[in-house]
Amino acid sequence: MDYAAVIVLEILYMIAFLALTSAGLAIVFGMMRVINLAHGEFVMLGGYITIACAKAGVNIYFAMLVLAPLAVGIWGLIVERLIIRFLYGRMIDVMLATWGLSLLMVGAVSMIFGTTAVSVPAPIPGYQLGSYQMGGYNLFIIAVTLLLVGAMWVVLRFTRAGLVARGAMQGAEVVAALGYDPRKVYMATFTVGAALSGLAGGVLAPLTGLLPSSGGAYIAKAFITVITGGAAVISGTLSSAALFGLVNQVTSFEAGPVIGEIAMLALAIVLLRLMPQGITGRFFRGST
Amino acid sequence: MIGWRSTGRLHWGWFIAFAAVLLLLPLVIDTHTPTVLLIWALFALSLGMMWGYAGLLSFGHSAYFGLGAYVYAIAAVNIGESTIPLLLAIVIPAIVAAVIGAMMFYGRISDVYMSVITLVVTLILFKFMNATAGDAYRIGDARLGGFNGIPGFPTLNVPGFPELSLFGTPTYYVCAVALLLCYLLCRWILARSFGRVLVGIRENEARCELMGYNVAANKTAIFTVSAAMAGLAGCLFANWAEIVTPSVFSLRQAAEVIIWVIVGGLGTLVGPMIGAAVLGMVKLLLGEQTVIDNALILGLLLIIVVLAIPRGVVPAVARLWATWRRSRTRGAGRIGVRRRLGGPQGMRG
Repeated sequence: MDYAAVIVLEILYMIAFLALTSAGLAIVFGMMRVINLAHGEFVMLGGYITIACAKAGVNIYFAMLVLAPLAVGIWGLIVERLIIRFLYGRMIDVMLATWGLSLLMVGAVSMIFGTTAVSVPAPIPGYQLGSYQMGGYNLFIIAVTLLLVGAMWVVLRFTRAGLVARGAMQGAEVVAALGYDPRKVYMATFTVGAALSGLAGGVLAPLTGLLPSSGGAYIAKAFITVITGGAAVISGTLSSAALFGLVNQVTSFEAGPVIGEIAMLALAIVLLRLMPQGITGRFFRGST
Repeated sequence: MIGWRSTGRLHWGWFIAFAAVLLLLPLVIDTHTPTVLLIWALFALSLGMMWGYAGLLSFGHSAYFGLGAYVYAIAAVNIGESTIPLLLAIVIPAIVAAVIGAMMFYGRISDVYMSVITLVVTLILFKFMNATAGDAYRIGDARLGGFNGIPGFPTLNVPGFPELSLFGTPTYYVCAVALLLCYLLCRWILARSFGRVLVGIRENEARCELMGYNVAANKTAIFTVSAAMAGLAGCLFANWAEIVTPSVFSLRQAAEVIIWVIVGGLGTLVGPMIGAAVLGMVKLLLGEQTVIDNALILGLLLIIVVLAIPRGVVPAVARLWATWRRSRTRGAGRIGVRRRLGGPQGMRG
């Protein structure tokens, strides 16, 4: 019974992990048809900011929930202005440029913080579940993910900003005709997406510890979650996160974590082959 | 140097001059570094062929490079000589690519899905090879060795004489000949109707299909040929390094080859090779100092090239050169010179 509870909690954690680390990428991809291959490094940057602030004496919750999203959001704005905005509608070129950005950020973080791992202790102690020792912080991550997904849904569904964003997604010309500049919408969307990546990095930092190369661990999972989910931001991300989280953890319990990850990646290939219509409008609407 | 137009053509004069330089180089300098530059050039050529001409970008081409290296090492440990392992290192990546390529291209998936799938295949191999430490993971006599890789396998030998193994300058010559032969193979393909169809697919896939060409089969074929060349490069790399580790599958390796090709020039064969040799040299030089991280330079370079010269340095220089020549011969009104400018502009369709 306890063991079953442990497995369920682990699966829930994995789903939350996937949804949390994919949220930023999903928003940017869903709205703009832009794939940011530096997404993992955005997450990593959020983590580094959280750890650096926590070590400097800032309250760790303030650092991870406010400072990390803020700083990474500003960084995302800079990136959008300097790189992304020249490449809208050129999907593969965006992927290449952001891959370059990812290398650049890994190199820069290595030079600033060094290549050794940094970490902070999790601010929530573990607890006992039957005869199993569980990480209490995992529950916090699940809660943050639920709140985040709920907030995204409310913003997209019930606010004017969400309406404009969804409108720009469906028909950029119509939105432009109604007086909203699609370029500004995309700029804001990319900034929000980057901020969400920073939030994910901040929240996960106490759990995982960080290396400059940590971004690589996030990007692959986030990438397949978002692409398999398709263009619908919330439902797509949640459904593929649930599927991959389940497969990953169940296989991990049976055969070890590496095989679990390989099973998840292999499943992604099969799904992409079976459902090649997952992405409805491959190209950025309005410019090409 | 050699052909700038949509498929270009072979200039035997340049080719022989280049071959002669490669041949005579060992008389002047030590061959250790030039050998690996040739190997990287071959790897870049394999990707440049399918990306630049067929318009297919494999984000994880290091999968086939790494497979070539691992297949060679495993087979060489088991067999004890190098001829069959060398052939296997070409054939097995080709078979894997044929299966994956057929899955992708007959499924009519878009280039975004192709990028995901090629990348994920590489990641699977990377994660798996990193996890193969311990005695449980062995193929015949070869222990896969996880993170530490496979050291101490027999290097290339003269075919039929396992005791006459090659290293140093002879290995350099093997790599040089391999590169030149693969270059000729690419030129030969591009001069045939297969190559013309590939360029046609790059320019307009739907039109090619409506004209009756089997697009999926052609794409699968070029993916297979490219993977075979990448496998050969990986095999040679294993011989140069005398060890194979999972880093041959890494994302860094996959990114590097893309950078070499796009910086060198899409739609040329010479560009990727020059890109690989020059940037490979830069990488080796940067590796000797610790002030500036290598990844920082590479990343910056990729961003700048994508933003400023998305078709690469060699085509850009060629265009400048052609403009200069045209301005010199304008009085004569040479149509032939003008035509050289008219390469396909919208190559990504």
